[in-house]
Amino acid sequence: MSALYLRRRVTNAVAMTLSMLATLIGLAFLAWILWETLRQGIGALDLKLFTKVTAYGEDGGLLNSMVGSLIINFIGIAIATPIGVLAGTWLAEYADRTRLGESIRFLNDILLSAPSIVMGLFVYTIIVLPSTALTHGNTTFSGFAGGVALALIALPVIVRTTDEMLRLVPSTLREAALSLGVPQWKLTLQILIRAARSGIITGVLLALARISGETAPLLFTAFGNNYMALNPIDKMSSLPQIIYQYANDPGEAMHALAWAGAFVITMFVLLLSLASRLILFRTKVSHD
Amino acid sequence: MPATEASIMSTDILEQRSRRDARNERLFRWLLKGCALIVLASLLGAAGATLWGGRDAFGTFGWHFLVSSEWDPGNDVYGAMVPVYGTVATSFIALLIAVPISFGIAVYLSEVAPTWLRTPVSSAIELLAGIPSIIYGMWGLFVFAPFFADHVKPWLTSNLGNKPDDGKLSWVAEHVPFVGKLFGSDYPFGASILVAGIVLAIMIIPFISSVMREVFQTVPTRLKESAYALGSSTWEVSWDIVLPYTRSAVIGGIFLGLGRALGETMAVTFVLGNAMHLSASLLDPGASIASTIANQFSEAAGLQKSALMALAFLLFVVTFIVLLIARLMLRRLASKEGR
Repeated sequence: MSALYLRRRVTNAVAMTLSMLATLIGLAFLAWILWETLRQGIGALDLKLFTKVTAYGEDGGLLNSMVGSLIINFIGIAIATPIGVLAGTWLAEYADRTRLGESIRFLNDILLSAPSIVMGLFVYTIIVLPSTALTHGNTTFSGFAGGVALALIALPVIVRTTDEMLRLVPSTLREAALSLGVPQWKLTLQILIRAARSGIITGVLLALARISGETAPLLFTAFGNNYMALNPIDKMSSLPQIIYQYANDPGEAMHALAWAGAFVITMFVLLLSLASRLILFRTKVSHD
Repeated sequence: MPATEASIMSTDILEQRSRRDARNERLFRWLLKGCALIVLASLLGAAGATLWGGRDAFGTFGWHFLVSSEWDPGNDVYGAMVPVYGTVATSFIALLIAVPISFGIAVYLSEVAPTWLRTPVSSAIELLAGIPSIIYGMWGLFVFAPFFADHVKPWLTSNLGNKPDDGKLSWVAEHVPFVGKLFGSDYPFGASILVAGIVLAIMIIPFISSVMREVFQTVPTRLKESAYALGSSTWEVSWDIVLPYTRSAVIGGIFLGLGRALGETMAVTFVLGNAMHLSASLLDPGASIASTIANQFSEAAGLQKSALMALAFLLFVVTFIVLLIARLMLRRLASKEGR
């Protein structure tokens, strides 16, 4: 065995061991995080989480935060879905290979990972400040503003998946419909979006998973509220915001509540991503 | 004649219908385009709103804002140096740790691992990429930072730092420049720039490794097979064939991770300690742009609020440039493939 050959063999063995180690390290840390969330979260689960509001502090639950999260996420998705689907449709069907279309597609990818805290400040400037000025301070922070901030974060996710899914629809489908004299808008709304429906739903679910853990943009928009708020123009609590608040609190009991909230969010997000994967997987199989 | 009348009528109807279709088509087009422009507007709006909000700070301090490390709400004097340094330092540490590990993961999953293991491991990693950043922050605050303070930090300060507990400088601290300063600290807690960097690294590993794995899979099989046929080892194929072929996209993936790290708020805020002073030590607490905003914005008013907005503008511009480079790099591989 020549020295060169031996050196190459050793280099290869070392590199392959290191790559395996890297994978193990990565997985170990991620497992550690997940394990702690499960352990501490399940330990803190209690019926009062779902029945009491945060106003009771240590003896309270997280009911208003969960309801607030649901409302804010719903507003976010309700705003982002139609805009995102239509914008994605424009990119795929009308503006493919045009200069404006390409630049918007490009900028959308950047918006996808833009810092969410800046989006929160943007919504603070365009919604919270004007509503404070217009109502003389009666309406300042609001669940609606939180929803808009989350919509800005969900929007690029939905635009991108819609765009990608529509471009996967075979062009024979378009040609068949157009040759029957169907106008393009009808073709788009009634045939293409329907054909790409499961992919678009996946995108919406992914966007929901993405926004349901967002904390930073909610701090200056929905702000937080210790009592139940159902009206979107009121200040509203949300799970990530209450986790942030309780984790920074010195009390041990507050930390337990924060872990419980973290557990609920993590489960929600993991289930959503699993569900979206399953939908995508099923449609892939049915198309083959 | 009835026949002609009918045909005239039907052409009328046809004409009407095609006119209506054309009108709907135009409306529909405008609606779609308007929605797409909202994407553009939100990017421009975010930059504009933060610049507008920060105008007082920029106007009052001018260029001094960028280089001053003073942050004193009592005297209403603000400089961006401390949070900018914190942001850059934590992101740099995160990349230093995350890039080699992600590369290892990507090589392992695309070249080494048995086929049956690849899909489950990579979907597990991708699933974990979806975990909200606040969970990473909580884990960092309650689990990792105490662990670090108990087990890692004492070793670092006594063996590398210039402020060891027993007062005896180690050989490294005495003879290697800078190292002593980097690891010297008499701050008793775990929260520090180094811990924030580590937590960030763990958070961006799934992003970078899945981008790398994806681009590694675009390398044509015949290229790799040819190298194997010439007797290359797996490592040589990865380093000399796969990596050069995908270089621009790999850099793009790294920049994508950097963009995430720079703008990340929650994972960092919990473990950075939020101290508004500059320290050379990585084991001392610091502040990042995002953590400063998250901590102070609700209670800030006047010039302080404006300074925070100005910080947000800086952050937005920097991440925009980083992400722009990332996307351009990623696109170069796509155009190579003829997509």
